[in-house]
Amino acid sequence: MDLKIKIGKLKLENPVILASGTAGFGKEMKDFIDINKLGAIVTKTITLNKRKGNPPPRVIETPGGLLNSIGLDNGGLKDFMFEKISFLENLKIPVIVSIAGDTIDEFVELARELSKARCIRAIEINLSCPNIRHKNTKFPLLAQDRRAVEKIISRLRKTTTNTLIAKLSPNVADIKEIAKAAEHAGADAISLINTYPGMLVDINTMKPKLGGVTGGLSGPSVKPLALKCVRDAYNAVNIPVIGMGGIMDARDAVEFFICGASAIQIGTANFVNPGVSLEILEGIKEYLKKKKIKAIKNLIGKLKI
Amino acid sequence: MKQFKAKIISNKKIAPGHYILSFKAPKTAKNTKPGQFFNIRVSQTYEPFLRRPFSAHKIARNKIEILYKVVGKATEILSMKKKGDILDVLGPLGNGFDLETGVSSVFLVAGGHGVAPLYALAEQIIRGKSRALIFIGGKTKKHIVSDKELKELGAKVYISTEDGSKGYKGLITDLVIRHCKAASRLAMTTIYACGPKPMLKEVAKLARRYKMPCRVSLEEYMACGIGTCLGCAVKTRTGFKLVCKDGPVFDSREIIWT
Repeated sequence: MDLKIKIGKLKLENPVILASGTAGFGKEMKDFIDINKLGAIVTKTITLNKRKGNPPPRVIETPGGLLNSIGLDNGGLKDFMFEKISFLENLKIPVIVSIAGDTIDEFVELARELSKARCIRAIEINLSCPNIRHKNTKFPLLAQDRRAVEKIISRLRKTTTNTLIAKLSPNVADIKEIAKAAEHAGADAISLINTYPGMLVDINTMKPKLGGVTGGLSGPSVKPLALKCVRDAYNAVNIPVIGMGGIMDARDAVEFFICGASAIQIGTANFVNPGVSLEILEGIKEYLKKKKIKAIKNLIGKLKI
Repeated sequence: MKQFKAKIISNKKIAPGHYILSFKAPKTAKNTKPGQFFNIRVSQTYEPFLRRPFSAHKIARNKIEILYKVVGKATEILSMKKKGDILDVLGPLGNGFDLETGVSSVFLVAGGHGVAPLYALAEQIIRGKSRALIFIGGKTKKHIVSDKELKELGAKVYISTEDGSKGYKGLITDLVIRHCKAASRLAMTTIYACGPKPMLKEVAKLARRYKMPCRVSLEEYMACGIGTCLGCAVKTRTGFKLVCKDGPVFDSREIIWT
C-alpha cells in the first residue's frame, strides 16, 4: 500500500500530520506518541519576538468542540533557534514550522532565518489566527485580505526555497478566491481550516468566558464546515490542499481525502487523545485495504456526485 | 508511554457528592509524586469533549486513588463508573509538591475537596517523621472530607466551616493565622495549600507576613494537560506559566493573584 505524498518539495511517508498549536514543538508529545511514525509535524506558530499570549481563561469546552484564545503565546524566533529546534533536529520526519508576523517584513525575516536551519524544509504561513491583530491590513484576518495574502506569499517566495504552505481561514466570503491568490503568489500548498472566530458568555457575571473575549472554535462541530472549504479549495487550485478541522478518527480523515485533501492534519483531537494520530493512520490503511485502493493518491478528490 | 488504560478497582461515595475512585496503575504508581495529577477521559463520546484533571489522593504500590466532587457532567459520568470499568488515563502529569528537607513541621491548608492532593502529601510527610498540621475549611460540614482518614494517619486536623456546623465557625485562614504566630518563631515551617483561589490568595498573604515558605496547587481550565495547548496559563511574576506543566504546584510568591 502506497501512502506516500508529496507536498511541494516535501516527501511524506504518510499523509497524517500533527497540526500547529496542538503538538507543541514535538518534545511535549514524546511520552505519548512515536512522532517518527507520522507524516510530518507542524510546530506551534512562532513570531519574530516573544509573545506572552492572551489572559486566562484561554480554553473553554463547547458542545463537540473547543473554543480557544491562546494568542500565539511563544518564545519568539531566538528561543526557537536556540532551544526548541534541538528536539526537532533529531526527528526523522519533515518538520514544518508555522510562522506569523505583525508585518510583511516580520514574515520575511522569520522565513529567512528559518531557511538557515537544515532540519527545516517547509514553512506554514499562519495567515489566519483569529486571536491576534495584524498591521498592513484593514481586515481582522490576513487570510481575508486577498491582496495581503498575495503580497506576503510572493515576498516569502523570493526569500526562501523551502516549501511554503499557506494556512487559510474558513471565515471568508469566498475561499476559492483566497486559495487561488495563494497559489498565484507562489505557495506550494494550502492548508485549511484554521479555527472559526467565536465567543461564549457567562450569564452570571455577564462577562465573556474567554480572557481574550473572543476565540477560535475547533473540534468535531466544525468538521462539516471544514469539508466544504476543503472541497471548494480543491476545485479552485492545482496545488495540494492539506485538510483539517475536527478530524477525530479515520472516518473523518477519509472524508477529507475524498473532498480533495492530499494530506490531513490532526489538531484538537490531540488534546483529547495525544496518541490519536497513529490510530487514525492505522484506520486509513484499513479503509484503503477494505476498498482495495492501492495508493492514498487514488482517494484524493474522489467525491462522487 | 504516559497514556494507559486503567481498570477501576472501586468507586465509592464517601460523603454527599464526594467520591473516591481507585484504579490499577502498577507501572505508574511508583513514579507518581504527591501533587501530580491524571487527565482522565470519562467518556468515549464528545460529551464532555475534553479530559478532566484529578490529582492523586492516595498513592499505593499498585494503585492510585482520586477524590472528586460531582460538579458537572464529567464528574457525574465518572461517579457512575463501576468496578471493572476501564478508564483512559494520561499521567502522572505536572510537577508535584517538592518537600523541603530539614522541615520540622508542615502546614497543609485545604479548601473543601482541595484536600485531595494534600492527603498524599501528608502521608509522605508523616512517613518522613515530620509533623503535619492540616487545616480543612468548608462552607458547611458537608464540604469537609478526608478529616477522619488524616487523623488516623497521625496528622493534627483542624476544621472550620462558614456556618459553624463543624469545627471552628469562620474561615480556615482564621485558624491558620493562630498557628502561624507560633510557627514563625520556630524556623522551617512550610505551608502547602490547595483550594479555591480566594483562599489561596489569603494563605499566600499569611505566608508572606509570617515569612513562611508556601506552595500552592492551582486549578485552571485545561485542555491537553501535557503542555501543548497552552490553555491553562496563570499569571506569574515571570510571565504566564502553565498549570499542567510548570505547575500545578507553584511558590505562592511567584503568583500574581487577581
